Amino acid sequence: MSLITALARMEAVRDRRARPVATVRHRHLSDRPLVFVPLTTAGEAGAPLGALVGTERDAPRLLVVAQPRDRDLRFAFLAELAEVVLPYVDSYADDVDLEERKETDPETGKKVPVQVELCADAPQLLVPSGAGVEFVRLLGRSMRFRRTAEQDPETPFPAPARVPLLGRWLTHYGERSRVPGSCLLQAMTDLLTRHWATGQSHLEDQHLGALLAWIDPPDGMPGDEAALRAESERDAGGQLLCPPAGPATDPAFDNKLLAPAMARYDAARMAVAGAEDGARAERHLAELHRAEAEIRELIASQMRPTWDAVWRGLDLLRALPEGARVAERWKRDRWSYTGHRDRVRAGEPPQPRVDDAVTAAQKLAARETAQAQLEAQEALDDPLVMAGRRLAGEAFAGEVAEVVMAWSETKVPRPRPLVTVRTGDRPHLAEGVKLYRVLPDGRTQTGEFAGYAEPDGPDGPADPSEPDGPAGPADPDEGAEPARPGDVPEGAEGALVVRLTGGMGRGKTPEQGSVPEPGDRVCWTLFEHAPRGGPELPDPEATPWTHGGPPEAAVAQAPDPVTEEDLL
Amino acid sequence: MAGRPARQPEAAGAGRPPRPGKALRQRLAELRGPATTPHPLDARALAALAANPGCRRRALLDGAGVDKLALAQALGSPAAFGQSQFAHQRGNTFEARVKADGGQALTRLLHERLRDGSPAPEPGTTTVPDLTAAGPQGRTARTALALREATAAGGWALLDHPMVSLDIAGSPAFLEPDAVVVHPDGSWTVIEIKSFPMVDGSADPAKVGAAARQAAVYALALDRVAALAGARVRHEVLLVCPKDFSNLPTAELVDVRKQLAVTRRQLTRLTRIEEIAATLPDGLTFDLRLADDGRTVTRPVEELRAAVDAVDAAYAPECLSACELAVHCRARCRAAGGVESLGRGVRGELGGLTTVEAVLAAALGEAADADRPAPPTGDPAVDALRRAAALRAEALRAAPAAVPAAGPAPAPGPAPEPAPAAVPGPAAGPAAVPGPAAVPGPAQGAACR
Repeated sequence: MSLITALARMEAVRDRRARPVATVRHRHLSDRPLVFVPLTTAGEAGAPLGALVGTERDAPRLLVVAQPRDRDLRFAFLAELAEVVLPYVDSYADDVDLEERKETDPETGKKVPVQVELCADAPQLLVPSGAGVEFVRLLGRSMRFRRTAEQDPETPFPAPARVPLLGRWLTHYGERSRVPGSCLLQAMTDLLTRHWATGQSHLEDQHLGALLAWIDPPDGMPGDEAALRAESERDAGGQLLCPPAGPATDPAFDNKLLAPAMARYDAARMAVAGAEDGARAERHLAELHRAEAEIRELIASQMRPTWDAVWRGLDLLRALPEGARVAERWKRDRWSYTGHRDRVRAGEPPQPRVDDAVTAAQKLAARETAQAQLEAQEALDDPLVMAGRRLAGEAFAGEVAEVVMAWSETKVPRPRPLVTVRTGDRPHLAEGVKLYRVLPDGRTQTGEFAGYAEPDGPDGPADPSEPDGPAGPADPDEGAEPARPGDVPEGAEGALVVRLTGGMGRGKTPEQGSVPEPGDRVCWTLFEHAPRGGPELPDPEATPWTHGGPPEAAVAQAPDPVTEEDLL
Repeated sequence: MAGRPARQPEAAGAGRPPRPGKALRQRLAELRGPATTPHPLDARALAALAANPGCRRRALLDGAGVDKLALAQALGSPAAFGQSQFAHQRGNTFEARVKADGGQALTRLLHERLRDGSPAPEPGTTTVPDLTAAGPQGRTARTALALREATAAGGWALLDHPMVSLDIAGSPAFLEPDAVVVHPDGSWTVIEIKSFPMVDGSADPAKVGAAARQAAVYALALDRVAALAGARVRHEVLLVCPKDFSNLPTAELVDVRKQLAVTRRQLTRLTRIEEIAATLPDGLTFDLRLADDGRTVTRPVEELRAAVDAVDAAYAPECLSACELAVHCRARCRAAGGVESLGRGVRGELGGLTTVEAVLAAALGEAADADRPAPPTGDPAVDALRRAAALRAEALRAAPAAVPAAGPAPAPGPAPEPAPAAVPGPAAGPAAVPGPAAVPGPAQGAACR
């Protein structure tokens, strides 16, 4: 945790309420996100218990598996889930923009511009917590290798028609969520902690109810108290008033309520199966329905508070203005969605179990680049984030004290003005370090650090408007400004000289507005604004033998072996 | 083994658990309550203990065999510990399934993973010695004997739920690994059977890590028995999990050398219980004084709280998932304003400032803004805090409209009350700003919605 975030957390402790750590919203939020609140059976992998899913706050679709050990019931759940999710995902597929992209012509090997489709918007999936994101991945993995009866008539336990496709989409969303700053699949706890600091630890922030209690406590209650209540208050029956956001359930709920209800359901099913005559069967059937309704009610009661919490979180986030560069990152997400849409349409096989060497390296490189871009863009969008970078010595902001025109000593002299910036920041600078700043028109200007300005040094006499001289502060309230010998490392604060090296046009004189003027406030960063990725990697088919050679396609696609009893 | 506390050789003989001195045993019984049976320590608790070796409270309570869950409940801060019966059932069924065929499948899995070119175990040759005996001491001795015999026999053997003991800060703990396999070459492997899935050869790293730490505790306990039997404990444990989404077992060898080293080091560092007990006031006890029904606590909560507070705790948020008493410790830590409640890493940059109040007082100690830094105080932690506070205040001021919801208006740089002109040093920090008055109270915080 950086010092500035730690400070925000302590402010939150003092105020008994969350404090902002961002002044703008750094993540894209769809107008119509699909909220997915899943629950899973404790101890089982890929055995969902139920879910609330939908795009309408007031009308979630309730899906329940009354007996998670029953494969047919699980398949029915997944089929129903596909019925909700796939139409939503597909609804964004046909509204496209045309974009120009450079592609390598296979015949000439030259880069030629081609028109490609880019979906105008993309579906967005929101889950309550980080564990929910992992569960989406797991669901995707458990479904994408299933075979339907249509694909393989011989398969022993065919999956419902659209289930493998849902698995592929969930896998794609789960994979995309690992890219820093991506917004296709997001956890509400991550979204909220990105924008607010609570007076508790990062671990406790994973509890959505407690997190919301800090950010938006119920009337008249301090956030810490509300968070404590959300975390641990139980009713007379020992059940949590604010159930965990899942997908894991509270053990007390499992043991006291769910297990007996499931036992009743199982008994009713046995009775129906063993019924001897019609009248008795009907009576048992009624019992079965009652038992099923009871389980539905129980599971819904565990998910509904989380469902409401996710929407409340959305309200809070929507109240923040979107950061200027968020749309640019969302466009990458749209590319990602469009790319997968194309792969599905082209009939490509599901994503392999394990990435081949080239794909894995590509993914890692892409994530590293995305991380660097995200960090730079968040800082540029948000003065509060920039404050953290300034504290870390990775940026500095201040007032321009003086501009001295200079030119490079080349055959065609280029403008290389020297700008003196007065700042209280202490960036980690060395002679020649590259600096970047945003010009008023949005372009990036480069510069390099030329040295510390000495108060009476060679940079000429100080501007008469400057309040302070080398003799020291005239007014004690002004504080001590530049170098006080002795207690401050030499040149650690005060005035820095930046030599502008770019962004001034092609002429001998800089373009209008590209050189700051005395009195302007400027913010220079030591990090690049649009960091680029590394060199290109070969195609997977050309994987060198040092990295295992080209991948074998057949192995990756084989369905999971199924056993008669796949649960314990 | 150099770092391990030396035990009397006769205690180590035959793997019998070491016995603490009589005086200490009596003292621990007093602490626990004379009528209370000691609560056994398991490997999970040990692994958690080793994760926070500086916590004297936990070391003492565990060492004395106090039931922390009951204690936490009596204190009014029950921990949300518990296992779903679904998970429990599944764990048991899976383990039974893995061991169902007399260890054939397990030894075969182990041999496959070893890839050392040794001959595969012949079906029907794996022996499964009987380990039943009375009491933990008896079972420990029986296990040690069975291990020696199996090692001498030179074949494959599976010990189902053996019992080993480990000396924890002066008192013995009895541990029960899922299984231990004896190889024909006389080496032993700890088997850990877990019911979380291994999907495509990888499992949840957090769970694997916990399993590895737990297995390391077993391996450590086995080490002593092995030294006497002339055998060696392999530093790779076999983690057995369900494969993908099925109920078929799959396994991977997990190298626990690092966990072994860490656990060994942490356990030896555990403040000796004698030393802690010696610092406690006479007559101190954590006895709940249960009524005859065995449930109702008759001890006043205040008294109990005072007793618990008499032993220092080292709270960190990580405790919440590992220690039954964590909710209580957290409440105490928060009440004291300790910065540890915000996370372990927070202390790092704060120098000598240990409370939230002191940090805020230091940070807002003097009117400053980003362009006009306050004069340095000579304490780098205070200087950095002031800069952070000034930068944060400046950024929040710049975008006040953009920060809706949450909280009162962005706190201005200076403290709400005129700060003293003198620059408070880190030690003087809390004193220089007039106490909690300088901190906007709860009423103000709640009023500004």
